Amino acid sequence: MTPRRGGRPLVPAYLSTGGVARPSRTHLERLSVLTGSGEPAPAGLTAAQAALLEELEYGALTVVEAAALLRLPVSAVLVLAADLIDHDLVLARAPIPPARRFDPDLLKRVADGLRDLKHR
Amino acid sequence: MVSATSSTVDTAAGGDGIHLPDTARDLVKILVTGPFGVGKTTLIGSVSEIRPLHTEEQLTEASAQVDDLAGVRDKSTTTVAIDFGRISLAGGIVLYLFGTPGQERFRPLWDDIAYGALGALVLVDARRIDASFDVLGLVEETGLPYAVAFNTFPDAPRHHTPEQLRAALDLEPTTPMVTCDAREPNSSIDALLALVQHLIDHRPAEHR
Ligand SMILES: Nc1nc2c(ncn2[C@@H]2O[C@H](COP(=O)(O)OP(=O)(O)OP(=O)(O)O)[C@@H](O)[C@H]2O)c(=O)[nH]1
Ligand SMILES: [Mg+2]
Repeated sequence: MTPRRGGRPLVPAYLSTGGVARPSRTHLERLSVLTGSGEPAPAGLTAAQAALLEELEYGALTVVEAAALLRLPVSAVLVLAADLIDHDLVLARAPIPPARRFDPDLLKRVADGLRDLKHR
Repeated sequence: MVSATSSTVDTAAGGDGIHLPDTARDLVKILVTGPFGVGKTTLIGSVSEIRPLHTEEQLTEASAQVDDLAGVRDKSTTTVAIDFGRISLAGGIVLYLFGTPGQERFRPLWDDIAYGALGALVLVDARRIDASFDVLGLVEETGLPYAVAFNTFPDAPRHHTPEQLRAALDLEPTTPMVTCDAREPNSSIDALLALVQHLIDHRPAEHR
């Protein structure tokens, strides 16, 4: 195995300490993509937590999509998702790395994709 | 328990196509903004691949002082519906469109929705150009790159030249200005393309 840049340990801190020490909370935004981790849902979830988990069994959702489907404010879904992430029941990823917003290649692909739509 | 058969997926809550396709990789967003009744929801609906959805957002009214004077303790909150739609493009890109009201009083919400956006498409109704001043101010303060699309309402005045419209809105010479029929998908796509082309041509210098 090749050593990590900057000599970071291969095992994330939260795993090496048995899951107690958490990395700082995942930054969640409106377009963060939520997926279920596949871990069995424990007893004792709130109805809203269970409802979000159930939606994620059908596939990935962004935070706003989950809010629309569950008819909850975005702020409530952000809290629900953060709790479920802390319990390893939900995974989240960023929509795009922020710097990529100005990536000419990405923008050109958006333009090409929109042009393609017109010929459908 | 969920079985992974396609029939389950089709009939499940996700069967309305709202769950993301497995191919979704890069999620980007554009704000579709403009004054009340200008055609934001119409434009999003004309191009979205999912039935347009909305979230209910709470607004804390800036009327706290008035409330205090009146002896009212509770801050009054109102909700506003924010529509959004989605377009899956080739190469795993998913473009989200957020119908964002352009009034100054929505600013905290505006800042939140604008976070990470590529830019804004500002819809303008030529019958009431003044109604767009607020939103143009907001967009410019946020620093979002934008394009202007005049929505083609049948009774819109037609005697204005593009130069007059540009002057009335005080637009930079480089800001794209197009006309658009928000009910027509191709016309809406053209307006979005004008914005995206502008983003490509006028990236911040450090990203060129
Ligand atoms: N002729 C014409 N009518 C349009 C066009 N775009 C929107 N409309 C009509 O204008 C009305 C208002 O459009 P909406 O899409 O609801 O406007 P909005 O900006 O979402 O309005 P609010 O959310 O209330 O601020 C609807 O009756 C539309 O059918 C257009 O390009 N041409
Ligand atoms: Mg609307």
